[in-house]
Amino acid sequence: MSDHSSEAHSHGSVKSYIIGFIWSVILTGIPFWMVMTEAFDKGPTYITIVVLAVIQIFVHLKYFLHLDFSEQGKLDTYSFIFSAVIIVMVVALSVWIIYASNAMMM
Amino acid sequence: MSALLGKLSWDALPYDPIVITTLCVVAVLGCVVAFLVIKNKLLGVLWNDWLTSVDHKKLGIMYIVLAFVMLLRGFADAIMMRLQLALATNGDPGYLPPSHYDQIFTAHGVIMIIFMAMPFMIGLMNIIVPLQIGARDVAFPFLNNLSFWLAVSGAVLINISLGLGEFAKTGWVAYPPLAGLQYSPGVGVDYYIWALQISGIGTTLTAVNFLATVFKMRTPGMKLMDMPIFTWTCTWANILIAASFPILTAVLAMLTLDRYLDFHFFTNDGGGNSMMYINLFWAWGHPEVYILVLPAFGIFSEIVSTFTGKRLFGYKSMVWATASISILGFIVWLHHFFTMGSSANVNAFFGIMTMIIAVPTGVKLFNWLFTMYRGRLRVTVPVLWTLGFMVTFTVGGMTGVLLAVPGADYVLHNSLFLIAHFHNTIIGGAVFGYLAGFTFWFPKAMGFHLNVKLGKAAFWCWLVGFFLAFMPLYVLGFLGMTRRLNHTDNPDWNIWLYIALVGAFVIMAGIICQLLQLYVSFRDRKQNLDTTGDPWNGHTLEWSTASPPQFYNFAELPVVSDIDAFTDMKEKGTAYVRKASYAPIHMPKNTKAGIIIGALITAFGFAMIWHIWWLAIVGLVGSIVTFIARAYTKDVDYYVQPDEIAQIENEHLDNVAKG
Repeated sequence: MSDHSSEAHSHGSVKSYIIGFIWSVILTGIPFWMVMTEAFDKGPTYITIVVLAVIQIFVHLKYFLHLDFSEQGKLDTYSFIFSAVIIVMVVALSVWIIYASNAMMM
Repeated sequence: MSALLGKLSWDALPYDPIVITTLCVVAVLGCVVAFLVIKNKLLGVLWNDWLTSVDHKKLGIMYIVLAFVMLLRGFADAIMMRLQLALATNGDPGYLPPSHYDQIFTAHGVIMIIFMAMPFMIGLMNIIVPLQIGARDVAFPFLNNLSFWLAVSGAVLINISLGLGEFAKTGWVAYPPLAGLQYSPGVGVDYYIWALQISGIGTTLTAVNFLATVFKMRTPGMKLMDMPIFTWTCTWANILIAASFPILTAVLAMLTLDRYLDFHFFTNDGGGNSMMYINLFWAWGHPEVYILVLPAFGIFSEIVSTFTGKRLFGYKSMVWATASISILGFIVWLHHFFTMGSSANVNAFFGIMTMIIAVPTGVKLFNWLFTMYRGRLRVTVPVLWTLGFMVTFTVGGMTGVLLAVPGADYVLHNSLFLIAHFHNTIIGGAVFGYLAGFTFWFPKAMGFHLNVKLGKAAFWCWLVGFFLAFMPLYVLGFLGMTRRLNHTDNPDWNIWLYIALVGAFVIMAGIICQLLQLYVSFRDRKQNLDTTGDPWNGHTLEWSTASPPQFYNFAELPVVSDIDAFTDMKEKGTAYVRKASYAPIHMPKNTKAGIIIGALITAFGFAMIWHIWWLAIVGLVGSIVTFIARAYTKDVDYYVQPDEIAQIENEHLDNVAKG
């Protein structure tokens, strides 16, 4: 029968949550400021929002979901990457297929 | 519609003489089996040792029994179709009216993929994978039992459709709008939906179970890159199951909503799009064929390596080839519907991805050839299947690359060329692989050898029959014959249809040989016992156990340091060492919960098909309550005591010493 030795997953420390929080605030604050003050043109503003949003995804994964490549966390990280890749592949390719076939119908 | 029986009425009973005869034969056979079981007082054994068992080896054997039973059903469908097409030429209507013929080709496809090939593959995986990684069972033994009963539940539903109502007339893909309520108002598509849905959930649970097993329960010293190749291919198949079966579950759920609650996912009115069904169905359907064939590749690898007495050539490249096939296999599904009319770019992308899969598959083929090179190949029955596979599958692979060209596909789509191609790969790849694995591991699972002469006869009948039955279909495809025709009126086609029928009969002879082989081998089992547990001079850990394996698999978990762990142990002299004492072994207890949940879910599926709402509620709620009750049961395990272990181990080691 299985050996149910449970692994001690790291649930983070107060320090890591605060670091994550500060990063998130900064990464949200910059685009917010750009949109509110209209300091830049639309183009650069959009690009900055997308880039900072993607960076923020990684910040959340690291500091809040505790995904890392340590011995304990590896499996979680791999299964997360795997699910993400599968979803992106199936959804993105499906959207492309159906969009292209609709385009052919019009 | 009555509240008590829903849509069920006397009209649901069959009137077709063929169906009535079949049902009578099945009823008589069922009575004979029941009589034999009761007469030999086997009912208790059957219930206590098998149906409620959580032992992966016994579940594996039951999966394979299910696969053989469904093979007979699916093959009966096949030979009826071939006979109809050989008779219904030159405008003759033949003996099967379209409404019956359409059900037969749908049932044939569903049964052979979902209820023959999948249980066969999962059965072999169940028996062998835990043994190969030195585990005592799977990670979740009860879940394993439940998965099996969900598969049986689906199989029961599809068989009920033979006697009550009808089966889908849509082809095994059940595309809407044909599968929608408007064009298929009967219960046929509902049988299809629930049979697939229930067994599909069982399959997903199996994949989760085996992934947890190989990731968490490998024996000490076994790294991932030390796992035997069959375990690796099964692991990739399980990854594909975990990723793709939820898509099937979702798309069937959407079709259910369309049919039961007037949703419009796949209807034109209401803004639906039937193309999305086709898209999602194949996003599951294509990975599915790799789920079937990858473990077969693993079986061939084990056989080639064992019977040449060499290490597998290119173990790492084999693992990575399997990985690339799995990942590429997930991004080629559109080649099943190039003609849907998506853009040229879409077709080009999927066509190229499809052709690229031939590369890792070729790598595997060369690895097998290089393993054999300068080896001393013992031509046993499993090796015959392997050699037959290598020739047959190569033909199938090449026609596949041809079909991967979108331009060629526009000509060949929906023709018998396609039918020939996928039978070429599924029979020549997956089925030959399972039959090879069946012969290879039979002594391990059952404790005695299969009759060699009948095994060889079965192989030659299958191989010759396959080529006779399916090569004509390539020709017919080129001559323009489309699939799913009920009757034909083209004299040029006749000769090829006759040859294909002869081929089907030769395959039938092969199946009869296999049944005879089972009977003869069982009758003469006393003379053909495998006492050593290692009949082929095997390389991997399953051969270090007795045949059949001790119920706890390993008295002491082996510590391994090599891919061919058992060869390594034999060379170092650490195999078959008598231990002075053993530690107690923690084992799971058998449980009734799996079979009860399976029965309740069958009732639920049946009730949903016939709109018997009260029974549906009883079945669903009942199964959930049983599951929760089982989850709160504390009495689920026990310890095997050292005395008993010592006795079993010493008996095995004495047998080895004698053998």
